Amino acid sequence: MRLSPVSSPGPWRRLLVTVIALLVAALICAGVFALYGVAPLEAYRSMLGTLGDPVGLSEVVRRSIPLLLIGGGLTLAYRAQFVNIGGEGQLLLGAVGGSGVALFVPPGPWTLPLMFLCGTLLGGLWALIAVWLKVRYRVNEILTTLMLNYVASSLVVYLINGPWKGRNVQGYVYSDLFPGAATLALLPGTQVHQATLVLGVLVVTGLQFVLTRSVFGYQLRVVGENRAAAEYAGIPVGRVMTLAALITGGAAGLAGVGEVAGIHHRLLEPGELSLGYGFTAVIVAWLARGNPLLVLLTAPLLGVILAGGDVLKIDQNMPFRIVDVFSGVMLLCLIVSELFVQNRVRFGPWPRRSYE
Amino acid sequence: MNEISSALLQAVSFGTPILLACLGATVNERAGVSNLGVEGMIAVGALAAFATANSTGNPWLAVGAAIAAATALACVHAVATIPMRANQFVSGLALTLLGTGLAGLLGKSYEGFPLAIHVPEWPFVALAGLLTLLLAFVFSFTRPGLILRSTGENPAAVDALGISVPLVRFVAVLIGGAFSGLAGAFLSLVYRPSWMDNISGGLGWLAVALVIFVAWSPLRAAAGALFFGVLYYLQFRLQGATRFPTELLAALPYLLVLVALGVAGARQAAGHAPAALGRPYLRGER
Repeated sequence: MRLSPVSSPGPWRRLLVTVIALLVAALICAGVFALYGVAPLEAYRSMLGTLGDPVGLSEVVRRSIPLLLIGGGLTLAYRAQFVNIGGEGQLLLGAVGGSGVALFVPPGPWTLPLMFLCGTLLGGLWALIAVWLKVRYRVNEILTTLMLNYVASSLVVYLINGPWKGRNVQGYVYSDLFPGAATLALLPGTQVHQATLVLGVLVVTGLQFVLTRSVFGYQLRVVGENRAAAEYAGIPVGRVMTLAALITGGAAGLAGVGEVAGIHHRLLEPGELSLGYGFTAVIVAWLARGNPLLVLLTAPLLGVILAGGDVLKIDQNMPFRIVDVFSGVMLLCLIVSELFVQNRVRFGPWPRRSYE
Repeated sequence: MNEISSALLQAVSFGTPILLACLGATVNERAGVSNLGVEGMIAVGALAAFATANSTGNPWLAVGAAIAAATALACVHAVATIPMRANQFVSGLALTLLGTGLAGLLGKSYEGFPLAIHVPEWPFVALAGLLTLLLAFVFSFTRPGLILRSTGENPAAVDALGISVPLVRFVAVLIGGAFSGLAGAFLSLVYRPSWMDNISGGLGWLAVALVIFVAWSPLRAAAGALFFGVLYYLQFRLQGATRFPTELLAALPYLLVLVALGVAGARQAAGHAPAALGRPYLRGER
């Protein structure tokens, strides 16, 4: 068996290889189900069952909203070679920003816009720390964004135990309930805050436009393809990367505001605010191969897995950790599949070379 | 005096798993392969050790199981990144997700039980110390050490000598996994003597960051691990003793890593990084 490079792989080849990679991932996870003592077919039926009934479907949509926002921002960051693993922390900071406005600014018609603004800024700021360290001191952003996740989580725990602890929450550890003006309307009978959903679709579409139709988008693509060439061409690499980081952090912050304003209506434990959306969104962005619009398809796919994890917890009494296993296996299969996008597998001996 | 010696003992205790994992990561990074999956390998190692110790009562078997489990996970990373040439950083991240996920899933039935046997601490500490010296010696004064370092600096030169670059890298990644497994065994057999989900609590990431901060040097890694140990001790000691909120103290090690990485960057420590780190080797490609 040998590999021969494909000079310019087309979209269909890419799609075919990706679908095969996802099937292989599903097969491996079936093995994990069996190892845990759950019939794989039964487990998959439970997970896909979410698509069959309205309640399950609305849960999938609810999970897809933060994935859409964070994943959309990540596609841009990855194009700019800023490997942001800190979506989780940026989401938490967004939630902190939104909660700060909701709890301490007198409520009015300005409350929700101000919450979104403040959350987006704080999320962007969190990513700014990492990109500053990367651009200025060449510090690996994977490590810094990850460390900032832990710091953000500590910050939230501190706030809900200390200065922002609710006055009438008895033994519970969370903030007071937001005033009505600081909450988003839900589709009746669901947990879907449609305002954030619309915002997410707009953001993703806008990012696609920026990436393909603007000077900044062009510069960003050049930086991602070949940093040295970008520098040679006089593109301000540091500034482009910083802006990309601000966008990815801001989008995650926006998602954080959506979660607190739409669903929880208070600031609570980091583990309850986010189900690891920041990490799942990494797969959303990888699946979309750097195309913001494709996130509209890949976010719901991962939304099914997150919602399915919830169902498995109830139906099969499996820990929610199964979602991490899924994420890890899918990510591995996807990055390995890249080899088969770029190369064709050939069997038989090497072709005889003629040296005329 | 008593205070200082007890502080030092605690610091050594916390520093040992960091040092073990850091040494392992140093080995594979010196060969040119980054592995961000340390956190996941520690998790499966810890679970394998705990499960084996409780079912067999034999600490040797438990440590062996931890090494085997973590090495198996490292093998996934090696296959994905060496022959399949996948992005090392993303593969490592996936490995962390997979490892912590699998350990959390399969370890569910072990939660809340104490460890059935008592395992002494000193063999792990002594082993970590010995491995530090051994690696420092191997890196600087032996032929295998030279080959390992060259594989990370200039794989084409190693290839020209007729030594297989993929083989050296594969072995290095597996060694890295084995060390992480040891770190995991220490956590579930000695440090906590129990199993719980998220047992490593970010310790693997501290180890990965430490590799950069100590500029890929085993001896400096020992000093760095001890420093983190002291810091961790202080974090416990200061709880309640000062007005400073406990929750923010918990963020201290991570904040310190950020500062340390920034300082290392400012001092151009990245210049010490193996030149081919993170890049797959393809014969004939320059």
